[in-house]
Amino acid sequence: MNDLKWKVGGAQGEGIDSTGEIFAITLNRMGYYLFAYRHFMSLIKGGHTNYKVRIAAEEVNYHGDDLDILLAFDQRTIDENFYELKNGAILIYDSSKLEAKLPASEKTITTCPIPIYKIAEELGNPIMKNMVAVGASCAAVGLELTSFHEVIANIFHKKGEEIIAANQEALQKGYDFFAKSFPGIKLTMPNKTGQTNKNLFITGNEATGLGALSAGCRFLAAYPITPATEVMYQALANFPKFGGRIIQAEDEIAACLMAIGGNYTGTRSMTSTSGPGLSLMMEALGLAGISETPLVIVNVQRGGPATGLPTKTEQADINEMIYGSHGEIPRIVMAPTTIEEAFYYMQQAFNLADKYQCPVLVATDMFLGMSKKSLSDLDFNLVKIDKGMIMQDQELLKLASGEFKRYDLNSPNGISARSLPGQKNGRYVALGNEHDENGLEIEEKGLRKSMMDKRMKKLMFFNPTELGIYYSGEEQAEALLVGFGSTYAQIHEAYQQLQMEGQSVAHLQVKILEPFPAERVNQLISQAKKVYVVENNVTGQLRRIIQRESTANDQLIGIQKYNGDPFTITEIITGIRNEGGVF
Amino acid sequence: MAEVKDFRVSEKATWCPGCGDYTVLAALQKASANLGLEPENMVVVSGIGCSGKISQHFGSYGFHSLHGRSLPVATGIKLTNHQLTVVAAGGDGDGYGIGIGHFMHTLRRNIDITYIVMDNHIYGLTTGQTSPVSERGFKSKTSPEGSAEEPLRPVQTAIINGASFVAQTFSGDLQQMTKILEQAIKHQGFSLINTFSPCVTFNKINTFEWFNEHIINLDEHPNYNSKDKFAALKVLEEHGSIVTGVIYQEDRPAYHEVMIGATSQPAAYLDLQITADKQEELKELFR
Repeated sequence: MNDLKWKVGGAQGEGIDSTGEIFAITLNRMGYYLFAYRHFMSLIKGGHTNYKVRIAAEEVNYHGDDLDILLAFDQRTIDENFYELKNGAILIYDSSKLEAKLPASEKTITTCPIPIYKIAEELGNPIMKNMVAVGASCAAVGLELTSFHEVIANIFHKKGEEIIAANQEALQKGYDFFAKSFPGIKLTMPNKTGQTNKNLFITGNEATGLGALSAGCRFLAAYPITPATEVMYQALANFPKFGGRIIQAEDEIAACLMAIGGNYTGTRSMTSTSGPGLSLMMEALGLAGISETPLVIVNVQRGGPATGLPTKTEQADINEMIYGSHGEIPRIVMAPTTIEEAFYYMQQAFNLADKYQCPVLVATDMFLGMSKKSLSDLDFNLVKIDKGMIMQDQELLKLASGEFKRYDLNSPNGISARSLPGQKNGRYVALGNEHDENGLEIEEKGLRKSMMDKRMKKLMFFNPTELGIYYSGEEQAEALLVGFGSTYAQIHEAYQQLQMEGQSVAHLQVKILEPFPAERVNQLISQAKKVYVVENNVTGQLRRIIQRESTANDQLIGIQKYNGDPFTITEIITGIRNEGGVF
Repeated sequence: MAEVKDFRVSEKATWCPGCGDYTVLAALQKASANLGLEPENMVVVSGIGCSGKISQHFGSYGFHSLHGRSLPVATGIKLTNHQLTVVAAGGDGDGYGIGIGHFMHTLRRNIDITYIVMDNHIYGLTTGQTSPVSERGFKSKTSPEGSAEEPLRPVQTAIINGASFVAQTFSGDLQQMTKILEQAIKHQGFSLINTFSPCVTFNKINTFEWFNEHIINLDEHPNYNSKDKFAALKVLEEHGSIVTGVIYQEDRPAYHEVMIGATSQPAAYLDLQITADKQEELKELFR
């Protein structure tokens, strides 16, 4: 692929993120397609952090295996990221702070020492070293500074002309220093194929929050947790413009129950969390299930168990999402594969929760949630809001008081119309206990069975194939690569690479995990000679689901990674060549 | 206008004969009718335990939630439709044991709900175990040698942490309870009504008679100033917390008026369409 990968790294708390952001935002406005990946640690100061940008001529969903330019503010950045540098890559480092030591290697790396800190200091404020660094990066790839100047003016408009001018000068100085000192060094940028000033540059978490807003969600209750807090930030930024309310709950137990309370009044309500929070929501999940109250939970997965790896990615919560909570309830578990799909699946999730009156869990992960990509557009109206079966006021008025059956056993497909508080004659009790048709608790055997059957029947009429399957490649390929959720990106690039090599390969990405689209998965798997299941967990959770749901082929080969990082393309290909691999 | 009968349901309550919770149900029905409320505009959210059955016995919308979890459900209901009158109810085990975390946070936020705790100093539905407010030395199936624990002081806790209306009532006094419930429901913000509601089956210590003997009724103390926090704490301390009446009240905005996103129109009734212009404004934030 025609692309270029750039990374800036340094100690946490010294503006690495904003350096990356300014570089990336400007490129996005210019019309380059980007994918940005943030690496950070669970502490405030010190530690190593980096921001990587892959610049491409088309939409991309992954930051790439290797690196063309590394911009290092400290030695640790070099030590931790050297492996990623391509042969012929450029290393720019702050020579006023370090003398770069490169490990022994067969790679040819061009080193470009620049006294970044000193240049900024001479301009009056060392904080502007980030601008110097961006300027130098622009020189290294031959980018004009005009757009960057505009972005600086834009970002610092509240701080006044002086600050803007100083930052613009720092940018220019960095550019000039690089151009003068290393005149022969210039990497080629990919073609600019996107719209100017029109493409969106958005994280998965932002897309999730925005998707919820577009779906009519007007209440979010959540407890701060990495890496899901950005969903809450997005709600805080934009829900109030449309009357949407946000509350920071005392814990995830309360957050989930508040969202249930909100849905009970007919307000589309949600909570967002990560693994530890999801564990606390298990009890409430059952309540939504038995009381048939719609509920949307976003789980931005991180490394588990317990506190696990708070700032690293994993896909190890799917068993919990599918089976978690005591007793049995109907539920839907969705696993969007890309940032834009996170947006659209939020629209779908609220419709499904309302239609089937059950919890819908949307599983993303840290990689999908905190990465940022360029998109040509997002369609707010793609999925029309449909609030499912709600009693009309007039219908209720025809009934006598006490006659309304909220949990009507004769309702088609088990889905009975809801009434909403405020509606006359709609009285019922939503209940965590087993109950009769009016919502009064019972222990009578026959009724218990009928109620359980009513609830479990609801999803028998939901076909998970349409939203739950992505398939690419000819049917009956030799090798089938299978994944779910965010691994779509790397698996797809691995698939493309293998295809280019002339291999017979296909790609299946499962996007709904419960109810499992077993029929289609079964069919696709039975056609393939070899099936590789690629997932970010140790026990092969998807592989085991397929083995259970499918009679077609139990010879599944697992390719698993659980060190906290997303897969690389190379790891997937190596895994296939080695007939399975663990990274 | 709705009458008391409109807040009744045809099914009989399942409490033991003589249970204090009958008084609570009757008082809530009377108070609701006296205030001119309509049953369809009320939601009673309850926890688990004998007291939790009240949502099924009261003729409004109801949510019989989970053990200790009535308050967050009630919060979600009130914050998405503040036109509803929301009453949360449960027992002392439900609210002060498993639910104590939610209790503290709901009261300090000043969520505009009335929280009735039917306090019998014991776990009744599970046939008699020590509760967080059982006195030290209280004998039960789970404390056969007498409880070694100091009891929680929920009313003092509520006052100290920002509850804007705190009262205690007694199931032996329907009239006072009704009057105080009316005040509590009218109060803009969180109101705690800790109600001494004796368990006639399992608590042989804290009986109707026992409460009758020990209760100090603030209604009989015309000089008591319920706006004085220190006076409130003092009277509770002096009488081992066995005090009825409005103990403390203050004026403070209710949470739904000041929370992020607050509008006069309830979230439940918002038009959900986002115009093309507004969509464009949102997208502009990501360019």
